[in-house]
Amino acid sequence: MSTRNIAAVIVFSIVAVFFIFTALLMHPFGVPDESDMDDYIIDNTQEETGANNGVTAVVFDYRGFDTLGEATVLFTAVAGVIMIFRRLKND
Amino acid sequence: MTKMSKIVRTIASIAFPFAMIYGLYVIAHGHLTPGGGFQGGAIAASACAMILVAFGSKWTLDKIKEKRLSVFESLGGIGFIAIALLGLVFGAAFFNNFLTGSNFLFGTIPATGSGLADINTGGVLPLMNFAVGLKVIVGLFVIVLVMAYAATSFKEDKK
Repeated sequence: MSTRNIAAVIVFSIVAVFFIFTALLMHPFGVPDESDMDDYIIDNTQEETGANNGVTAVVFDYRGFDTLGEATVLFTAVAGVIMIFRRLKND
Repeated sequence: MTKMSKIVRTIASIAFPFAMIYGLYVIAHGHLTPGGGFQGGAIAASACAMILVAFGSKWTLDKIKEKRLSVFESLGGIGFIAIALLGLVFGAAFFNNFLTGSNFLFGTIPATGSGLADINTGGVLPLMNFAVGLKVIVGLFVIVLVMAYAATSFKEDKK
């Protein structure tokens, strides 16, 4: 084995050990440490926004700015694709 | 992209309305069931892409007007921002949900907890879902259409 391979194996083992320790230290599934915001949204979504679907309420109401950014990303993607392929057509 | 066989074209024509209705259903019930503007728009756009694959980009471009696609996409984007700005006018802040609790459109507040869904709830969420859905349908369809048309014309240039 060359030195490069040995170094790769060592680095890989160290990273794997870190990942395994992180996985072992994680809190159990479905029991978050901090759940204030989740509880607030679950308790108040229907009353405050009138929507039964909490995810849509978060996406379009509590975090509307985020959705505005997403719509902008979509617009930019469409504009970019059209720009590239129009160019190709005219050549 | 040229036309595919008659079998494919027939099946695509039969399946298109169902896929489109399903996409619009997901958009319209975005505030009640899983999904929303983005997801339903993607479903409806894939229905349009199916037509594009089956019939070819030349045929599709003959049937629709490019101007109209641009108008629809702009309508979706402007409608989304306009509803957000109306929150500033009628409510307290940008993106304020001013329709909830009013007796106007979508104003009913459902009982807390699980229960039967009412379409007349959600305030501005259904309107925003419609705006974003329109934008996503047209946007994704335009991406696929432009790519398909460019591939066709590129092939013809090579010949």
